[in-house]
Amino acid sequence: MSKIETIKDIELFKKIKRARDVLGFSFLLDITCVDNLNKTHPNATRYELIYILRHSEFKETLIYRVEVAFSEVGVESISSLYESAEWAEREVYDQYGIDFKNHPMLKRLLNHNEFIGHPLRKDYEITKGQQCTTSQDLMDEMKPLLDERQLDMNEDTLMIVNLGPSHPASHGTIRTLAALDGEKIVAATCEIGYLHRGFEKSCENHNYNQIIPYTDRLNYCSAIMNNIAFAKTVEDMLGVTLPDRGIFIRVIVGELSRVIDHLVCLAAGLLDMGGQTNYWYLFNPRNDAYDFLSKLTGARLTNSYMRIGGMTHDLYDGWQSDLEDVLKKVDLGITESLKMLVGNRIYNDRITDVSPVSAAQAMSYGFTGPNLRASGVPYDLRFSNPYYYYETFDFDMVVGSVGDTYDRMMVRFDEMNESMKIIKQAMSRIPNGDINIDDRTIITPSKECVYGGIEGMMNQFKLVIDGVKVPEGEHYGAYEAANGELGFFISSDGSGTPYKVKVRPPSFYHMSAYPKIIENYQVADAILTLGSLNIIAGEMDR
Amino acid sequence: MDVSNTHLLDEAVVTTKLDAVITWGREASLWPFVFGTACCAIEFMATAASRYDISRFGAEVLRFSPRHADLLIVAGTISYKQAPILKQIWDQMPEPKWCVAVGACASTGGFYDNYTTLQGIDEIVPVDVYVAGCPPRPEAIIDAVLDIQRQLKREPKFELRNTDFKGKLDDV
Repeated sequence: MSKIETIKDIELFKKIKRARDVLGFSFLLDITCVDNLNKTHPNATRYELIYILRHSEFKETLIYRVEVAFSEVGVESISSLYESAEWAEREVYDQYGIDFKNHPMLKRLLNHNEFIGHPLRKDYEITKGQQCTTSQDLMDEMKPLLDERQLDMNEDTLMIVNLGPSHPASHGTIRTLAALDGEKIVAATCEIGYLHRGFEKSCENHNYNQIIPYTDRLNYCSAIMNNIAFAKTVEDMLGVTLPDRGIFIRVIVGELSRVIDHLVCLAAGLLDMGGQTNYWYLFNPRNDAYDFLSKLTGARLTNSYMRIGGMTHDLYDGWQSDLEDVLKKVDLGITESLKMLVGNRIYNDRITDVSPVSAAQAMSYGFTGPNLRASGVPYDLRFSNPYYYYETFDFDMVVGSVGDTYDRMMVRFDEMNESMKIIKQAMSRIPNGDINIDDRTIITPSKECVYGGIEGMMNQFKLVIDGVKVPEGEHYGAYEAANGELGFFISSDGSGTPYKVKVRPPSFYHMSAYPKIIENYQVADAILTLGSLNIIAGEMDR
Repeated sequence: MDVSNTHLLDEAVVTTKLDAVITWGREASLWPFVFGTACCAIEFMATAASRYDISRFGAEVLRFSPRHADLLIVAGTISYKQAPILKQIWDQMPEPKWCVAVGACASTGGFYDNYTTLQGIDEIVPVDVYVAGCPPRPEAIIDAVLDIQRQLKREPKFELRNTDFKGKLDDV
């Protein structure tokens, strides 16, 4: 369980400012809220806000709890301290109705503008859908931006252009409203939430193992990594660790997922650029990797391979040669693609020095993963807080220099090679033995036990009906996923169903920076910037 | 040439109906507009890529403007927020047009039975083919295209379709 410090709502701003300036917690990971309506403690206030901060050395995490009795009274906004707080607070307002004083633009973020009520409150019924009839025009956000820049909308030189959400390069779900001066973007704003699927509300209605398929669909390009991140967080709460073989399988399939994720990102990014041959070169080995995964797990994309306390089954006979074959093909695809890119004047001129993000900016925006490393910040959870024996593997952290589109793409190319290095080492080191922990209150017994004895049958029954009982408390678990730090904040009331689950999705924070970093670049550059940030709508909107 | 000698034309001319000829031509030249939002869109990318290659079935001319397309492929979850946009896209497509709901979410809402997810796109637009799967394999998406082609074969009529359909957003 994570250590959480409770602070008063009036001293919140001062405390967090002190944490940032004096204690060195320069990184705001996430803000969320817990609705205590269904809790049995008599003295709990209705809402609790949770602020998760990370130290600039990346080792320590600091969590503050702020008790809020009345949502309309709310708390002071910290968006002036961290850029990442702006969207995080808007989301809390949208989902819980908590007011943040002095917030520059406190309006709904994920739900549509005709929505009434706040869906993550415990008294909001999960199935109560609300029709939306029109889209908002976003001029309420654009107007202040234009005023700030002393631009007049009625001038002939200025044109307002809407990109998306149904646009081939906007991944289907991202809407950008840009003010253009010629081809140059002078102001931009974004609307997200088109793929908001109610992940967090669904979690409160399913037991822990039933949530695994929902996690698949957060970042659907690397589903297994989401499985692992969630299962690992719950295992940390239970205080259990997997046997070594289970850990090595997680490392192997996790790193393979990272390779697949980067392949999709680069293939799509290069396709947006007009480099269609690269798309074939990178997409075909990805299909080979999916053949391996479907042989192993039965599904191509949404694998649901992990369980709390282990995984569904062991690797199959002959997996080594299949996986080696996949790695060879991926390697060939990367080599062929790079042959066309390295030294290619068109490619380099197109993306060098486009939308650079400095290290300080990237931290303030809440960047993690390849996008943060591209800006030259050496932060990777596999190095700073190693888990699953990552400290014993021989691999390098790939770090960029200026954080432009070129760096963001090239960091991903190199990270695939590092991941393949890890897979090869793990393949040679994987021990024999159990893959799951030996605990009948967590892992379902084998079918022979279930059908062959009353005890096994009861274990199975209890696990299916009640779910894995997780001790009461709150925990924030983080995992280095393909896009960055994927965190789960879980609040348990001791039952088999979580009281609250909050995902800390890397793409959400990357997206919040997007309208700011595309400013002063052309529309065509913005498309490539979006591709290089690798926004996955599933985890951004949840 | 003596045109009264009709047997000379027998091998060069086929007598048929105009409807049937147009539908026959349309069959192998469906132009899809992919309304991809989520996981299914990633599988659609695989369907279009070289391994599965949807162009083998004459549906590879992916249009990014609905005004150029006659087949709407909805691949992914549609939320209530997204619904008016889906409706707008559908209305912009010229007749005759067909619609495929790819995957569990587009067909029924899938396991997202909650406050934000539309419980099937057939509440908004008429659907011709539903594809099962979460997400469906690329073969299943190709099969949906073939299914549309089979439907075209069965009813070679040249008329407006779905005139009696009434979606939830049609009157607002």
